[in-house]
Amino acid sequence: MSSVETKPLPSAEAGHWGAEIRSDLHVALEARDSGGIELLLESRVAPYYGNAIMEQARVVLAELGVKHARVAIHDEGALPPTIGARIEAAARRAGIGLDKRWLPEQHPLPAPSPKDRLRRSRLYLPGSEPKYYINAALHAPDAVILDLEDSVHRDEKDAARILVRNTLRAVDFGSCERMVRINQLPLGLEDLAEIVGESPDLILIPKVERPEQVAEVDRMIGEIKSRNGITRPMWIMPILESALGIENAFFVAAASENVAALTIGLEDYTADLGVVKTREGHESQYARARVVNAAHAAGVQAIDSAFGDVGDMDGLRRWGEASRALGFEGIGCVHPGQIRVIHEAFRPTAAEIEKAQRIVAAFEEAQKKGLAVVSLGSKMIDPPVVHRALKLVERAKAMGAIL
Amino acid sequence: MSDRVELAHNALGRQVPTMVNGKPQIPFLGVGKFQPRGRKAAPPICSSKDYPDNGDKRVADLETALRKCGMRNGMVISNHHHLRDGDKVALMALEAAAKIGIKDLIWFPSASFPSQQGAIELMEKGVIHHIEGSMNGPLGDYCTQGKMRGMGVLRSHGGRYQAIQDGEVHVDIAVIAAPTADFFGNADGSHGKSACGSLGFALADSTYADRVIVVTDNLVPFPCVPWQIQGNNVDYVVEVESIGDPAKIVSGTTQITRSPDRLRIAELVASFLRAAGIMKNGFSFQAGAGGIALAFVQYLKQMMKEDGVKARFVRGGSTKFLVELLQEGLTDYILDGQTFDLDGVGSMANDARHVATSPFTSYNYHGKGNFASLVDAVVLGATEVDVNFNANVVTHSDGRLLHGIGGWQNCLFSGCSILALPSFRDRIPVIVDEVTTMTGPGEMIDVVVTERGIAINPRRTDLLDAVKGSKLPVRPIQDIKAEVERICGGKPARPKLGDRPCAVVKWVDGTVLDTVWQVG
Repeated sequence: MSSVETKPLPSAEAGHWGAEIRSDLHVALEARDSGGIELLLESRVAPYYGNAIMEQARVVLAELGVKHARVAIHDEGALPPTIGARIEAAARRAGIGLDKRWLPEQHPLPAPSPKDRLRRSRLYLPGSEPKYYINAALHAPDAVILDLEDSVHRDEKDAARILVRNTLRAVDFGSCERMVRINQLPLGLEDLAEIVGESPDLILIPKVERPEQVAEVDRMIGEIKSRNGITRPMWIMPILESALGIENAFFVAAASENVAALTIGLEDYTADLGVVKTREGHESQYARARVVNAAHAAGVQAIDSAFGDVGDMDGLRRWGEASRALGFEGIGCVHPGQIRVIHEAFRPTAAEIEKAQRIVAAFEEAQKKGLAVVSLGSKMIDPPVVHRALKLVERAKAMGAIL
Repeated sequence: MSDRVELAHNALGRQVPTMVNGKPQIPFLGVGKFQPRGRKAAPPICSSKDYPDNGDKRVADLETALRKCGMRNGMVISNHHHLRDGDKVALMALEAAAKIGIKDLIWFPSASFPSQQGAIELMEKGVIHHIEGSMNGPLGDYCTQGKMRGMGVLRSHGGRYQAIQDGEVHVDIAVIAAPTADFFGNADGSHGKSACGSLGFALADSTYADRVIVVTDNLVPFPCVPWQIQGNNVDYVVEVESIGDPAKIVSGTTQITRSPDRLRIAELVASFLRAAGIMKNGFSFQAGAGGIALAFVQYLKQMMKEDGVKARFVRGGSTKFLVELLQEGLTDYILDGQTFDLDGVGSMANDARHVATSPFTSYNYHGKGNFASLVDAVVLGATEVDVNFNANVVTHSDGRLLHGIGGWQNCLFSGCSILALPSFRDRIPVIVDEVTTMTGPGEMIDVVVTERGIAINPRRTDLLDAVKGSKLPVRPIQDIKAEVERICGGKPARPKLGDRPCAVVKWVDGTVLDTVWQVG
């Protein structure tokens, strides 16, 4: 008889369950060396989707190459992309099927995102909270951000990026730009490896201090895109969150053609300065102005930090209006209720629109007549003013402020 | 329960029993098709010579009162549910009956609540034969598991009044919890430590029952004013330490939903009323105390202010939010069927424009009209709605009893009945091919508002025209259904229901609309 060395068989779990949990599930997987798949299911939707869940679990496990295992699923009404993601996370944590993927049915990709599109509001969606995804677009933010960074616990990063990948692939985000905030480098590179194949429209890189960090991300995105035959653009928005980052703002913004916008994270920035973050924001006045200037110098959008107090709509409105006055084109939001207020704050006033329309009309008139000089009444209009008016009218149309 | 039940198809093709608890039934004939005949039921003629000249009808306790009322086996005993989950009187009365040794009672509450699950033990012991009234939670499960000896009968608030008035249900003894009363039996709900606002649900019981007992924990010297219940209908008055748990009778504050998706539904409903031109000077509406309905009131209020519009009346279930409309001059009256929070109770007690109503004035279909059909728009919930706009409010999609009908069916007679619903709950789509239990015929339901869009009943071409050109996301109901099924990964499986009826759903005219089948 030969002596057989027995290794303990791997087991792992992923996901969440409990009375407070919605649209998620918990998967406990114990590998076995024989006996096939033993599936156990507890689900609050068992009478309606119990069979569908069992069937999906078998397909996912087969795809991942899990042949012998006891898999216990505790489902809280999760949707198929989440079910697949949690099973895959459990398998990978058990060290099985590391080179394999199960991908949910593809929702048709939205049209590629123009570099200069409206980015007034971007709604943060925590990367471990599937319940927020499915209806996010109904609240009509300009963008959604699937967040892998601060809203995801360190121990959940691996599972979150699988969930975000499936979500990018399968969830209908309507006309929202689909953004992902990856983790700080180097962890962020692992995020890219998982998600870039699903063509997010824009990647936010946190805590950027040097242009090389942007270049590294840009290079990796380029590699994955060409490996996957992806040709549509994937923009980059660096987040500056430190004094050094602010000092390098222009170089960061100019680090790649693919940088579409530059933004600032005030929580970390004020912490770096060792000052208190106030509602008025005097302590970050300089940094925000610097971001606006650097962005414009590099020809990209300047986007402001999020406003954290979801109960204070008046404060949000004031913050948004001040932001627009400074030269920002949008701010982040942490609750759908903030979206409308932000859009109103970034809407040009009727007087601004009217003036811009008159300038545009004068410009078009001059073009028709072959005149180099645009004049309105007795006043000559400088080319930068014409340019600004054209942009404002175009923006106002995109916002629906002009029909 | 007898195992052999004859079934017939009603006008909607639903299979319903022809006999319920030994009484022949009329299957639903269609809305407005059943013509009642005959005269109303009446209580026995009494004489003042049999009641104390000094007006003092107090007796020592409930047991004594029940004995004096001549309580016997098999009687129908009724309660109202204005004290909601805080009520102690119903179980007090049933347990007093048990102590006397009574069996086979038919308990006829205007609604039951989870805190009354003690009734299960009384059914097990044979004290209660069956319940005719809403059943949810543990009582609902007991019924749909087929454990009740008789068949459950679910009626709307108006239908309950109609059943008593028409003599379909004869109440032998009504036991009425009264937050304030005098020794003569005059009773009021809007004052006292257990105040609940209106006592309207007890009106039919007090006027049609053979015997009436008022139970109070706040006895005041004659006269108790206002007398929502007239002492002239009352046989005995019982004073107790406490009729209920005030914390569970009314909530301190009613809560608006904080869910962004539900807020979106609420705002869409308000925007619809505005765009359709229903929100105009002198209009009226009714919304309940659910999270979406409360949020709807807040959105509508904002729009009314913006457009300078004032309502003539609003119908409660009153809450702080309706009271604010009244106080800010945005409505002339609140016509209140039940009172959900302390602000509502306080307003009814102190403001003559906040009027207590009853199922007789508001809902009774067998009368010379009722207020529900005068309301311009009503916002309601449902557990399921089907592609033909039929809706279910009483059972889960798995067939388990979940809710009573409440005023829901009665409200469908308003000018525009709107169901405000999330398009799916957990993973379960709310729009289905066919409802599990028919509670409201689709011809009565005008609009379904979900977070994914607004579906207007194709019968309402006027509403479709009214919102044409608006920015509202108006979509065919099939379209929303298909989208939700795509999200949820296909149609849900239909749980298999049993073939044994355990309860029936009555329509507002007393005909049988559908059957609740035994589960599992």
